[in-house]
Amino acid sequence: MASLELSIDGDVAVSPITRASRLGALFWGAIAWMIFVFVAAAFANLLPFSPTDMDMLERRAPASALHWLGTDGLGRDELARLIHGARISLTVGLCAPIIGITIGGALGMLAGYFRGRFESLVVGSMDVLLAFPPLILALAVTAYLGQSILNLTCILGVLGIPAFMRVARAATLTLARREFVIAAQALGATHARILLRELLPNVFLPLFAFFLLGVAVTIVVEGALSFLGLGVPPPVSSWGSMIGEARESLEMAPRLAFIPAITMFLTVLSFNLVGDTLRAFTDPRQGAL
Amino acid sequence: MTEPALLSVEDVSVDLPTPRGNLRAVDRVDLTIGAGRTLGIVGESGCGKTMLSRAILQLLPKKARLSGRVMFDGQDLVRLAPERLRRLRGRSLAVVFQDPMTSLNPVLTIGTQLIETLQEHLELDGNSAKRRSAELLAAVGIPAPEQRLLQYPHQLSGGMRQRVAIAIALSCEPKLLIADEPTTALDVTIQAQILDLLAREQRRRHMAMILITHDLGVVAGRTDEVAVMYAGRVVERAPTPALFKKMRMPYTEALLAAIPKIDAAPHTPLPAISGRPPDPTRPIQGCSFSPRCRYAAGPCYREKPLLAAAESPDHQYACFHPIKAPAGVCA
Amino acid sequence: MLGFVARRLLYLVPVLVAVSLLTFLIASLLPGDLAYVILGDQATPEKVEALRHDLGLDQPVWWRYVSWLGHVLQGDFGRSFRTGQTVLQAVAERLPVSIELMILAEIIGLAIGVPLAIACAVRNGSAFDRFMTGTAFGMLSVPTFLSAILLIYLFAVELRWLPATGYMPFEEDPIGNLRFFVMPALTLALAEWPGIMRVLRSDMIATLQEDYIALAKAKGLKASRILFVHALKPSSLTLVTVTGINIGRLIGGTVIVETIFALPGIGRLLVGAIYTRDLIILQGVVLLVAAGFVVMNFIVDMLYAVLDPRIRHGLA
Repeated sequence: MASLELSIDGDVAVSPITRASRLGALFWGAIAWMIFVFVAAAFANLLPFSPTDMDMLERRAPASALHWLGTDGLGRDELARLIHGARISLTVGLCAPIIGITIGGALGMLAGYFRGRFESLVVGSMDVLLAFPPLILALAVTAYLGQSILNLTCILGVLGIPAFMRVARAATLTLARREFVIAAQALGATHARILLRELLPNVFLPLFAFFLLGVAVTIVVEGALSFLGLGVPPPVSSWGSMIGEARESLEMAPRLAFIPAITMFLTVLSFNLVGDTLRAFTDPRQGAL
Repeated sequence: MTEPALLSVEDVSVDLPTPRGNLRAVDRVDLTIGAGRTLGIVGESGCGKTMLSRAILQLLPKKARLSGRVMFDGQDLVRLAPERLRRLRGRSLAVVFQDPMTSLNPVLTIGTQLIETLQEHLELDGNSAKRRSAELLAAVGIPAPEQRLLQYPHQLSGGMRQRVAIAIALSCEPKLLIADEPTTALDVTIQAQILDLLAREQRRRHMAMILITHDLGVVAGRTDEVAVMYAGRVVERAPTPALFKKMRMPYTEALLAAIPKIDAAPHTPLPAISGRPPDPTRPIQGCSFSPRCRYAAGPCYREKPLLAAAESPDHQYACFHPIKAPAGVCA
Repeated sequence: MLGFVARRLLYLVPVLVAVSLLTFLIASLLPGDLAYVILGDQATPEKVEALRHDLGLDQPVWWRYVSWLGHVLQGDFGRSFRTGQTVLQAVAERLPVSIELMILAEIIGLAIGVPLAIACAVRNGSAFDRFMTGTAFGMLSVPTFLSAILLIYLFAVELRWLPATGYMPFEEDPIGNLRFFVMPALTLALAEWPGIMRVLRSDMIATLQEDYIALAKAKGLKASRILFVHALKPSSLTLVTVTGINIGRLIGGTVIVETIFALPGIGRLLVGAIYTRDLIILQGVVLLVAAGFVVMNFIVDMLYAVLDPRIRHGLA
C-alpha cells in the first residue's frame, strides 16, 4: 500500500527509467495507456450495457460476443463495470490530489517565502496531520462522516496536503534565494507578483510530478478502502469494489478479480512511471537554475 | 643503487573512457624507488599524480584501463591474485589520503579503524591490538591516546585526524608508504608538523615513501628524489638537490618561481604560469607544455620530447630546450 | 545523550495532545446523534435520552473533550455497547496479533530488500541491477490488497498449501500459528521490500564511492568487512528512516491484511467497529493507534541517534 506521505529527497542513483535517453518505450507506453483509460472512462455511457443491469441467468458467464469480458457474480457486464469503475477511480484519483496540490502547494510556497512564525505554524500543523497513520484517519473520517464519493475525495485530498506542502516549500526555499527573485524584489515587485510570476512557474514542475505520483497513491488508497467496502458507497463501484466483490468468486471465476486488478495495476504503474520520470527531470534542473 | 628497487613502475598508462573521448590520465610513466628512500612526485592538479598513486595501489575506478607493470617487492601488482594483493595492502603497502575528514569512516571509532587493520594483518587479539593502537597514537603525537580510541573522527581537529590516518598507515610496519597530498587539506600552521612527522617516521622505520604534492617547497629537504609530472607524464626526474640547483625543464623552473620567497621585497608579484594544463581528452601534438612555455620553439610544437638523461644518469628530463644555467635558488 | 532524549520526549507531549484533540474532533463530526447510532435498532426516546446523559452528550464540546481526556489519562477509554468489553481489554487481546504480523512483515521485507540492495549496489549498472531495480519499481505499483488476492489465489485456491483465513495463538501451536501468518506477512513484505531496497541501494552506491571505502580497501580489509561494517553502517541511517516512514504505511497495510485474512488484530477490530457502528471502540482504537504511531516514530528517532554519532553530538 503506497503511503500518502512521500519522500521528496529523491534517489541519489539514477533509476533505469529516469535516464533522459530512456524516455522510450516504457514512458510513452504509460502515456498511451493513460490516454486510453481516460478516453474509455469519458465515453463510458456509450456502452451497450449499464454496470448495474443484472442478468441472473448469466451469472459468472465467460467472455462471449455479447459480454466481451463476461459477467460477474450478479450477472452484470464486466466490461461495463470495468469502464465505469475507471470513471470512479479516476475521478477520486484526480480530484483528491488537486485538493492537495492547491492547498498544500499554496501553503508550502507561502511558508517557504515568508519564513518565520508562519512557516513554523504551517509545518507544525502538518506534523500533527502526519502523526496519524493515513489509512486510519481516512477510515475514521468516512466512518463518522458517512461514505460518499465527496467525503472520500475530501479526506484523501486533505491527507495529501502535507506532502505537497513539503515539496512546494522545499522548492521555494531553494528558489527564493536565487538572483532573479532578489532582482525582482529590488525592482519593487510586490510579494504577490513575485510569488505568482517568478516562483510559481518554477515550483510548478516538481509539484506536477508529485501530483502524478499522488494520483497513483490515491487510486491505490481508494481501491483499498473500496475493497473493504468502506470506500465508494455501493451500488457505485470502483475497481477496488470490483476486486472486493470478486473475492468470493476466486475459485470459480478468478478473472473477475484479475481483470480489474491488472487494469488498476497498469494505471497506477503508468502514473508512477510518468511522475517519476518528470521528477527526475525537474530535480536536477532545479540545481542548474 | 645496486640493490633492486622496492617499487618499479614500468611503462604504466591509465586510460579513462569518458563521453567526450578517451582520457589518458597517466602516459607511459616509469618510476623506481628503493627501500628506505623518499620520492617526491610534484605537479599541478590534473597532472595525473593522484591517478598514478591509485594505479600503484590498484584502486583505480572500475572503468579505468591500466597498462604496464607495477613491480612491488618482486611481484607485479597488476597481475597479482586479488587475495594476495589484499594481504599486501595495509601490511607492506600503505597509503595516506589527502582529506582525513573523508578518508576516515565517520561512524566508526578511531579505535575500531586502527584495531581492524592490526587484527587483519598481524592477527593480534583484542587487548594487544588496543594497546598497540594507543602506542601508535602516542607515537604520532596525539595526547591522551586511550581516550582518543573511543572517539569519532569528527571529534578531532584536522591535524589530529591526519595523524590518526598516518598511525593507521604505519600500524603494520609497511615497506612503502604513499602520502597523497597529506597536508593540502590542513591549516598552513599544521602542515609542517605533519610533514616532519612523516619524515621522522620514515627515517626511523627505514620505510620507503612517496610524497605526492603540488607544492615544490614541500619536497625540498624531505625527499631524496623528485619526479615532476605534467599532463600525465614525468617531465623531469632528479635527486632533490640536483633538481633545485640544476633544473632543466622550463616547467620546473616556473613551478619554483611560483613559490613565494621569504626574502623577496613585499608586494613582489608571484609569477604565475599563464594558461592552463591541456585537456587530457584532446592531446596536442608536440610537447604538452609548449603552449605555456616561454622557451618553446619549432620542434617543441611538432614532437613530444622523450624522457632522457643528458649529463648525469640519474637526472632525466623531457625537453628540447632545457635550461642551461638557471638563476637557481638553493632549496 | 540524555539531554537529547529528554528534549525529544518533551516534544512528544504536545503532539500527543494534538492527536487526542484531532481524534476527538473527528468523532464529533458525526452528523446526527451519537446515542442514536450506538443504540441502533434498540433506540427508544427514553434510552436515547439516558444514554446521552450517560455519555455527557448534553454538555458543551470543550467540557466533553476535557472529560474524555481525563478518563483516557486514567486508563478509561470507554466500553463497547455491543460486546461489553472495555476498549483497553479489546485492544490488549488483539495487540499481540498485530505486533506479530508487523514484525514478521518487516523481517521478511528486510530479508528480501537488504541483500538485494547490497547485491545491486555492488553490481551497480549491471543487467542484474537494472532488472532488480525495475522489478522493485513495478512492485511499488501493486497495492497491498492486490498482492493479498494474488497470494490467496496462488497458495490457497490453486496450490492449497496454506489456509486463506484463520488464526491460532502461538502458545497453542507455533507451527500452526506461523502457517496462518505466512501469507499475511508476505503480503505486507511485498509492499515493504521495494522501498527498502531502493533507498538502501542508492545510499550504498553513494557510500561505496566515498574515500573511506577506498582507504578501507587500501588497508587490505576483507571485502565482507568493508561491505557490512564500513559501507552498511553509514547507509543504515536511511534504512532506519525508511523503516520509520514505513510504519504508518505498515499500520494501514495491517488493517487491510488482517481484514482480508481474518486475523484477530487491532486492524480488524477497527474495521469491525466501523462495520458494526461501534463508535466507542472506534474512537478509542483510533486514539491508541495514533498515539502508538507517535511513540514508534520517537523510537525511530532515537535509533537514528544511536546509529549516527554525529547526530548525538548535534552535528549532522
